[in-house]
Amino acid sequence: MSNEDGGNVVTVLVPTGALGAGVIESEVAYGIGQGAEVIAADAGSSDSGAAYLALGVAKYNRGAVRRDLEILMRLAWPKRIPILIGTSGQAGADANLAWLRDIAIELAGELGIAPRIVCLRSEISGNQLKQFMREGRVTPLSPATQLNEAAVDACDRIVTVLGPEPYIAALRDGADIILGGRTSDPAVIAAFPIMKGAGVAASWHAGKIAECGGLSSDSHNPGSGVLVRIAADGFTIEPLALAAHCSVRSVSAHMAYENADPFRLTEPGGVLDVTDAHYEQRDGRTVSVRGATWMPRPYTLKLEGAGARQYQTVMLVGIQDPIVLRDLDAFHDRMQAALVRRVIDTIGADAGDFIISVRLYGWNAVSGERVPMGTPPPREVGVLFVATAQTQDLATQMAQACNPVFFHLAIPGHSEMPSYAFPFSPAYVPRGPVFEFLLNHVVAVDDPLEQVRPEWTEVAVKEMAQ
Amino acid sequence: MTRVGDVCDLVRSKNAGPFWITIDLFFDGPDMFARHARSSGLNAGAIARLYDVNAAQVRHFLVESLALLKISFPRRMPQGGIEERDLHGGQQFVRLIGVELDDVNAWPH
Repeated sequence: MSNEDGGNVVTVLVPTGALGAGVIESEVAYGIGQGAEVIAADAGSSDSGAAYLALGVAKYNRGAVRRDLEILMRLAWPKRIPILIGTSGQAGADANLAWLRDIAIELAGELGIAPRIVCLRSEISGNQLKQFMREGRVTPLSPATQLNEAAVDACDRIVTVLGPEPYIAALRDGADIILGGRTSDPAVIAAFPIMKGAGVAASWHAGKIAECGGLSSDSHNPGSGVLVRIAADGFTIEPLALAAHCSVRSVSAHMAYENADPFRLTEPGGVLDVTDAHYEQRDGRTVSVRGATWMPRPYTLKLEGAGARQYQTVMLVGIQDPIVLRDLDAFHDRMQAALVRRVIDTIGADAGDFIISVRLYGWNAVSGERVPMGTPPPREVGVLFVATAQTQDLATQMAQACNPVFFHLAIPGHSEMPSYAFPFSPAYVPRGPVFEFLLNHVVAVDDPLEQVRPEWTEVAVKEMAQ
Repeated sequence: MTRVGDVCDLVRSKNAGPFWITIDLFFDGPDMFARHARSSGLNAGAIARLYDVNAAQVRHFLVESLALLKISFPRRMPQGGIEERDLHGGQQFVRLIGVELDDVNAWPH
C-alpha cells in the first residue's frame, strides 16, 4: 500500500477469528507474500461461557488447535515473523496457557525449530484480589455492584484482561511466539503496530474490526482470516481468501457485533471512539478506514472470575400424544407441581435449596413465557427436566426420585397411564456444575505490566530428521 | 400496521460480554430507518417491559450510516446461570419481530 501519510505502515496478518477454528494454509501464505510483519490472533473469549475459565480447559480440541498453530509456526519461521496469540486455551488462565505452550513446544520439536516462546501469565489468586479490594483499587462495571469477598471465594479461577503493553515488552525482549493469558481481543492485533509507531487509534480500530477474522467480510464464503495495513491515521482491511471481499457495510457493521456500544469501546488504558470514522471502498476486496480517536484513561485491568455454586442433573422425554399437546401450559404446570412435591415427599429437608425446572422444547422453552392465545399445538415437544441442587449427588437423587412422575404423569380424565418417550438409559444425566462469571469489575494499576508474569521457554533444537 | 419484521432486513441479538444483551435492528434503507427507528414500541419503557429489565439501564444507539438501531441492556441473569435458556443471547431478537412501529419521534433521549 502506498503510504499517503509518510509514516510507517504495519501489515498484520490475522489468520482466524479463533485459533482452533480453522486456519487455511493458502491464506497465510498469501498474507506473508503480501508482506505481513506479524501474525496475531486470539484463541479464546468469554463468549462460550464460564466453564472454560472455571475449569482451566480449552473449548476446541487439541488436534484442531495443534493443526492451526502448526501452519502458523511453519510458515512464519523462515522469515522470523512473530506470532502473537491472545487468550490462550479459550480462557487464558495459567492452566489454559500451559496447555497451549505444551502444544507449541511439541510443534517446535517436530518442525526442528527453536523459537523463543513466552507465556504472559495474567491469572491472579483470590487473596491477591482481596488485597486489591482493601487498597480500594477495584471498581464495579455496569450492572455490577461493589465486589464482596464471598464472590471472590466462589471463583475457581480469576484472570486479569491484558492490554497490548505486555506483548510489546515481550517483542522487545526478542520473543518469536507470544502466548497470552486473558487479553482484550483487539489488543493482540494492536500491539505490534503500536510498537512500530502506527497510529494508536488506528491500531485499536483495526484490532477491533479484525478480531473475528473473516467475519468482517461480506462473502458467503468469507474464508478464515484478514490482512490489515495500519498507518498513522487509518488502516485498510482485505480478506485473506482471494474470492472473498470486504465492503464498507461489512466492515463498519462489525463495530456493532457483540458490542453493547457501536461507537465507543473501553479498553485497557483508554477508550476507542469511532463516531467520526469514515469507511471507503478501496477496491473490490479492500476497505480503507480512518477517523477513529483514542482517549487515554487511567489504566485499568478488567477482571474475569468463574466458579460454580450449584449442580444440575437433567432428563429428557419426547411427547407426541395429542391429548397432552392440546393444552401444554396446563401440562407444564401440573408436571412442575408434581415434581416439586415428589422431591419434598422423598428427600424432604435434606434437599436443601433446590430448583426443579421443566422446559417444553417445541413450545416455549427458549423464552419460558406463555405463548399467545390460539397458538396451534406442535406435532411433538421435548420436555427437559433440570434439577439444580447444592451437590451433584443431591441433584441426581432428585432426578431419580422424579423419574416415575416425569415418565408417567397422568392425563386428567384418562385412566390409561401414559409413558413418555425417554431417549436414554439411565434416564438421568448428571450435567455437572453450573459455572457462572462472578466478577464484572476492574482493578486500577499504575503500570500495565504490573500484573503480568512473563515465563520464557527455551526450546532446544533437535537434529532434523532428514 | 407496520411491524419490525416488515421494515428490517436483519434483526439479530447476542451477548455483549456475559452481563449484557445487545440487539441490532438493521432497517431496510435510510427511509425506513428515519420513519421507524424512533418508534415508541422500541423505547426504553417498551424494551424494559418486553424483556423484564430496568428501563433506566436500556441504551439506544442510532447508527445512521448503517440504518442501524442498536439496543443494549443488562441481562436479567448473567450468562450461564441456573435458569439459563439462551447462553449466547442469540434468540432474544425474536420477540422484537412482531413489535408494532409508528412514524413519530416518540422516545425521549
